[in-house]
Amino acid sequence: MTTPASRRSPLLIGAVFVATMIATVVVIFILVRMFEHRQDARSRFMRTVELTEVSTDPRPWGLNWPHHYDQYLLTAGDKFYGGSEALPESKLEIQPWLKRLYAGYAFSIDYREARGHAYMLYDQLVTERVHQRPQAGACLHCHASTSVLYRKVGLEALGEPAEAADLAAAFNMPAVIRGFQALSRQPYHDVLAQLTQMPDGTPKGDSDQPVFPAPPLEGFEDRQSQFGDRDPHQFDMSQAHPVSCIDCHDPETMALRVTRPGFVLAMQGLAESDDPLPHMPSLARWRAGDRKTPYDPNTMASRQEMRSFTCGQCHVEYYCATGDVLVYPWDNGLKVEQMEAFWDERQFPDGSEFHDYVHAETGAKVFKAQHPEFELWSQGVHARAGVSCADCHMPYERQGAMKLSNHNVRSPMLNVNNACQICHNVAEQELRDRVLTIQNRTVEMRERAGVAMTEMLDDIVLTQAAGITPEQLQNVFELQRKAMWRLDFISSENSRGFHADQEAARILAESIDFSRQAQIEAIRLRQDAP
Amino acid sequence: MKLPSTRILLLLATVVTLGIFTGIGVFTFGYGGGLSYLSNDPAACANCHIMNDHYDSWQASSHKHVATCNDCHLSHHPIGKWIVKADNGFFHSLAFTTGDFHEPIQIKPRNSRVTQNACLYCHGDFVHNMLPQEPRGDMLQCVHCHQQVGHNQR
Repeated sequence: MTTPASRRSPLLIGAVFVATMIATVVVIFILVRMFEHRQDARSRFMRTVELTEVSTDPRPWGLNWPHHYDQYLLTAGDKFYGGSEALPESKLEIQPWLKRLYAGYAFSIDYREARGHAYMLYDQLVTERVHQRPQAGACLHCHASTSVLYRKVGLEALGEPAEAADLAAAFNMPAVIRGFQALSRQPYHDVLAQLTQMPDGTPKGDSDQPVFPAPPLEGFEDRQSQFGDRDPHQFDMSQAHPVSCIDCHDPETMALRVTRPGFVLAMQGLAESDDPLPHMPSLARWRAGDRKTPYDPNTMASRQEMRSFTCGQCHVEYYCATGDVLVYPWDNGLKVEQMEAFWDERQFPDGSEFHDYVHAETGAKVFKAQHPEFELWSQGVHARAGVSCADCHMPYERQGAMKLSNHNVRSPMLNVNNACQICHNVAEQELRDRVLTIQNRTVEMRERAGVAMTEMLDDIVLTQAAGITPEQLQNVFELQRKAMWRLDFISSENSRGFHADQEAARILAESIDFSRQAQIEAIRLRQDAP
Repeated sequence: MKLPSTRILLLLATVVTLGIFTGIGVFTFGYGGGLSYLSNDPAACANCHIMNDHYDSWQASSHKHVATCNDCHLSHHPIGKWIVKADNGFFHSLAFTTGDFHEPIQIKPRNSRVTQNACLYCHGDFVHNMLPQEPRGDMLQCVHCHQQVGHNQR
């Protein structure tokens, strides 16, 4: 028996109806998704808060740029870990020779593995280096958002108005440089106290909690206070921030910029040098020009260069203590011996010979290398290929239709996919292995250089005990300084040689050579003694 | 007056529904720049902004003046070309609409073969010494080393 056509057709019509309905749902879904994606692509952000040059508090920035802000918060890890128990491992325990390298210098008291950007101000306040030894305000140049304070002090020094409205109006680099020069040599806690009086773009009061906590005013159990011998309550730590949005971004346009006077001044000197620096094309352009105005990264550098310069504001070698104004040694170039020559030629303002510290075991005047990441990267293959710091440490990623540079600044090894594999079409494990090979080789050579350095110290001490005078040891001290500077340069640099592996190996080889030369010379002096 | 039968009413409803569907479909096709996908214009490939970076860097690449997206990413066979286009058109739309895809985006093995053939289509005479003896023998991808010729993301 067959169903009559008149009975079948309503079924058929119903089936067509349902099919059409489903197809319509799919098409409308696609339509809406396309519309959403187009909206995403159009409105990169919604400016809900106006920002000015005093907006050092990152919180209002986070209302305008929530994705970047969320990533910035992640530099603390899953949550902010405070207290003396949370401090990272001591390097002095892992590499005991560091205590002898830094003998007579604050780093021999407390020297730990680094933590994320979120901890820079906190950890500086609680380190024994600042706690036990008087330090300079220059330390805050990089560990806090200081441009408002610098501008205020600078405007006052220049005799210009420095009210809240004047501070917010414009960046004013000349005033910032002037303020920096005025504060650099002042005691650390004096400058910190002034910093906590500055406006930060958010109203003071109970609701104004800092984004990243400050250490407790009363100090940890094993220590009285984090604030020197001052009354801790005069520090309103809700007003002081670790390096934040405003330190690398223009609050009006969000363009990348450099704000650190030390870097701006050093780049002027570097531009005048004859170091080739092929990875900084804007320097070459400036050198080829009339040179009437000093080199200025903020107006002359490309965006790709700025993606390294913003980091180079702080991840560099410098002198940072009370003896002189904070200075980066770049007048001759960025290589280890060019910077060494800078320090060799330099004098303190009182005309005495420049040095970072007097080595406690031998009495030699020596240099401390800080963390010359920017300089070592400059010698490497990645810099030469035009790869910036941010390309690996803040790699691009996508959120919706928005492309953003990941603001959780961290080791590329924690994000190999976005950091390395964009360029290197190689398996993740293979890339890890390559990096580890470089780092393990560097560490091996560094430890060997550490042994050479300690044996050098042993023999110099023995020679001094045998009655050889410092005058006779002048040449040995010279060699000791060269050996220690090179070892410290690679050991303090935070990439374990990866930023420029051949250069790191060369520097360590030289360090070992100078250590052994000094040792041989010390032994010879001892044996030749009557 | 005689009322229309149920059947006529149903037919009418279906026709109207089909009409609405067709209207929405045509609009969506137009809104999404559907016709542009039949063209050879590289801007069409950046319709969905996931390809923005590739498009931008292609503009600055060594191949900009001699090759568009289709020259390297489609087969040069008159029919194969449309098969590859349909294949990628469907799966790209699916991935981008659902948001379910790997980032950074990666080329599929079959598309990688298309690109390798495209390299050889132009440069084959020059590199034939380096090609395998067997027709489908193992060979290194040109872009393994020359990865920046088309679009360099950095």
